[in-house]
Amino acid sequence: MVAPTTPAEIGGIGHSVQRKEDARLIEGQGNFLDDIDLPNTLHMAILRSPLAHARINGIDSEAATALDGVVAVVTGDLMDQHGLAWMPTLSGDTQAVLATDKVRYQGQEVAAVIATDPYIATDALELIEVDYEDLPPITTPQQSLEEGAALIRDEKEGQTDNLAYTWETGDKGATEEAFAQADRVVTLETHYPRSHPAPLETCGIVADVNSVTGQATIYMTSQAPHAHRTLFAMVAGLPEQNIRIVSPDIGGGFGNKVPIYPGYVVATAASLLIGQPVKWVESRTENLISTGFARDYYMKGELAVTDQGRILGLRVNMLSDQGAFYSDAQPTQFRAGLFHVVTGSYDFPAAHIDCKGAFTNKAPGGVAYRCSFRITEASYLIERLVQNAAYEVGIDPAEMRLRNFIQPEQFPYETATGFVYDSGDYPTALRQALDAAGYEELRAEQAAAREEGRLVGIGIAHFTEAVGAGPAHTYDIAGLKMIDSAELRVHPTGKAILKLGVKTQGQGHETTFAQIVAEETGIPATDIKVIHGDTDDTPYGLGTYASRSTPVGGAATAMVARKIADKARHIAAHLLEAAPEDIERTADKFHVAGSPDQAVSIQDAAFAAYTNLPEGMEYGLEDVTYYNPPNLTFPYGSYVVVVDVDPDTGVWKVRRMVALDDCGVRINPMIVEGQIHGGLTEGFAMSSMQWITFDDDGNCIGSNFMDYLIPTAWETPRFELLETVTPSPHHPIGAKGIGESATVGSPAAFVNAVVDALAHLGVRNIDMPVLPDRVWEAIDTATA
Amino acid sequence: MEVNITINGSEHASDVEPRTLLVDHIRRTVGLTGTHVGCDTTSCGACTVLMDGKPVKACTVLAAQADGSEVTTVEGLKGADGLHPIQSAFTDDHGLQCGFCTPGMMLVGASLIAENTDPSDDEVRWAISGNLCRCTGYINIVKAIQTAAARVAESSNGS
Repeated sequence: MVAPTTPAEIGGIGHSVQRKEDARLIEGQGNFLDDIDLPNTLHMAILRSPLAHARINGIDSEAATALDGVVAVVTGDLMDQHGLAWMPTLSGDTQAVLATDKVRYQGQEVAAVIATDPYIATDALELIEVDYEDLPPITTPQQSLEEGAALIRDEKEGQTDNLAYTWETGDKGATEEAFAQADRVVTLETHYPRSHPAPLETCGIVADVNSVTGQATIYMTSQAPHAHRTLFAMVAGLPEQNIRIVSPDIGGGFGNKVPIYPGYVVATAASLLIGQPVKWVESRTENLISTGFARDYYMKGELAVTDQGRILGLRVNMLSDQGAFYSDAQPTQFRAGLFHVVTGSYDFPAAHIDCKGAFTNKAPGGVAYRCSFRITEASYLIERLVQNAAYEVGIDPAEMRLRNFIQPEQFPYETATGFVYDSGDYPTALRQALDAAGYEELRAEQAAAREEGRLVGIGIAHFTEAVGAGPAHTYDIAGLKMIDSAELRVHPTGKAILKLGVKTQGQGHETTFAQIVAEETGIPATDIKVIHGDTDDTPYGLGTYASRSTPVGGAATAMVARKIADKARHIAAHLLEAAPEDIERTADKFHVAGSPDQAVSIQDAAFAAYTNLPEGMEYGLEDVTYYNPPNLTFPYGSYVVVVDVDPDTGVWKVRRMVALDDCGVRINPMIVEGQIHGGLTEGFAMSSMQWITFDDDGNCIGSNFMDYLIPTAWETPRFELLETVTPSPHHPIGAKGIGESATVGSPAAFVNAVVDALAHLGVRNIDMPVLPDRVWEAIDTATA
Repeated sequence: MEVNITINGSEHASDVEPRTLLVDHIRRTVGLTGTHVGCDTTSCGACTVLMDGKPVKACTVLAAQADGSEVTTVEGLKGADGLHPIQSAFTDDHGLQCGFCTPGMMLVGASLIAENTDPSDDEVRWAISGNLCRCTGYINIVKAIQTAAARVAESSNGS
């Protein structure tokens, strides 16, 4: 841990200060979307398709419309009259808002009821009759790309098959050369299953369009309110200055609250047409079956290695299941997000990735679930492959990694796919994690256990993330460059208001961003109010996902605070009757160099900013910074998991989980650790129980929390956390971001641990979730 | 139908539809929005309230069934002498992130502590196993409940 440079009463970087957010949340005074209750609010419920693929021959909404309390029934035809039956997606496709021609997945939006009461709206759904004509459902991407498969996107001009996209990156020739030189090729074929972020609060909207003023105030569970405002303006044709998006307290996001969903568009259109506020809050089932799935990649990875355990090259072929619409939320140029970070923490010269995506009769989404755009899949693949390569070469999996790591002196390091990693010391991190776990002893125990017929597994994952998108030259969402901003105003009494373009969903921005300002200005963190989420009251930004708040918004905050501190230094010089260049700043004061007694506080300078300025200086102490990061940041970590596997049942239990994270400088260590705890739990969830699956008819199995299992306190392992601190050299405060590391890095560690327990039997893969029956089957097959 | 429920010490007599869920009654009719809804299968526990001192999931209780009972919601945890120990412990131990599950977690925790001021890690985990959290990995929630329990034990020993 790095010692803080400010005293506790300032609460700058490195202090585990208590969260400002907590006071309202522990007393039930949070303001979540469903808590917003505007006068005359109408309630919306959505009729969803029970079928995965069917033509709509007609919709009879007469009985529903006649129900007492129903104000309107909205269908695709009505939306079509306003040009809103379809909307663009963030990946250049279009998506149905309300179905007009066909339904293409179970749960797709078909009609919406607007009523005076939510119970009545739901009642009315049952009175709508839809005449469906069954079409054959396609439930896997493999089926989808077969010759003669039914065309899912028959409405799409020029679309003659079910291919959603193709994408290729890396150097194919160099990779082939590397494989030609290899002593052996280690292959892993695995499916990273469909998952869902499932934040505890579902998605929702209260759309309040004033028919007189044209003002649209849209309360929305939004991780990216500014981007959403611009997209609303583009899609709905509303003037952007008349759209105000307010993202209130958010009950978890994890990527689920990045896209714009059909329900938002329908509710806004309904409010515009009716002239009253319209509220729609998803049920959990709606959330799980229709919004923001993640992953669903079929991956084949091949590693070219020498008999000495050196990696020479990597080849990946992937097929992604996009669902009915290609609506991945990701930067424009990257068809499979930042998957090309798949070279991981290793130094080798050649890689090639070939990827295609297929339409299926499943929900669209493709969100980066607690992940910087497909990095989770990439990290999983390389860490599984390296582990398997160790088995094939016959060396220890830890040693395999140590032989191939990018070395500390190689940073900045350009990977085979073009990322330039900023900083790291991977060998130290792995060695510390191994020591903490007692790795040597564990291997000895494992060998002894095998003699007794017991199964003990030790799984390692050493991941490197690429987060904080990002430099404007490379990263944009729908054309909007992925910069972010901060605006800081210090008032005459020395208290400050910081306004952010990013938006918390529980990460604690109101606390940590105040700490950055405290560090840079000396204003106590408790004196700084952080405002975010309201587009009329905050500077523009692309929002919070892909671990970009601290790398981009945090950098903007540090930079604007430095501007303020610099102006305050000039004011201090004036007050001290000294030259500005002779003024030095301590944690909370400005003083004349060499004369610490001749000092003024930041509060004195703030008061003078409104009362007593040097000649020619503009009044006030306020500024704004738009930050365009020079590069991504690259947090990393070494995780070690120990499991005991019951050979008779396939049940596995995590005995220990040691997680070392290096996210650069830690602003609030308490909050960082909380982020890691949560991320590890979601990694455990994906590896052990959490998946969305479908039957052959396209029925979603996993449509509620009885079928879509997320771990309770009872199943969740205990975690032991470690840290190293390698600052990012290009980030103003050296921070790299931490929100997603543990979710990205840990699934491979858990799965590697179970596979390691069975490795001596020849087992090399069990797909996630690693359910006991799959483990049992792997043992049974291997020992048959 | 007429129901009369005492919520956080105040009587609330209302005319409700028989099918009205207790959670909807609390949130919409009474206007206390600290009780949350996170699922529709009684799985997540975000809607947990205390009914006659026992935790119940208010999404699976009809307002009619609560007629005549005493209900405590998160808004009723704070006493005349300040925050309930469970509330301050959740802040002190960083037992919450997004805060959506927090009211339910605190009410279950408060109910556990009322019976056991020295719960083991397993006892706490078992007690909150009907409440889901997506942010914290439960570690700091368990810690907070144990901290609160210890503070309650200490203050009752001291008095």
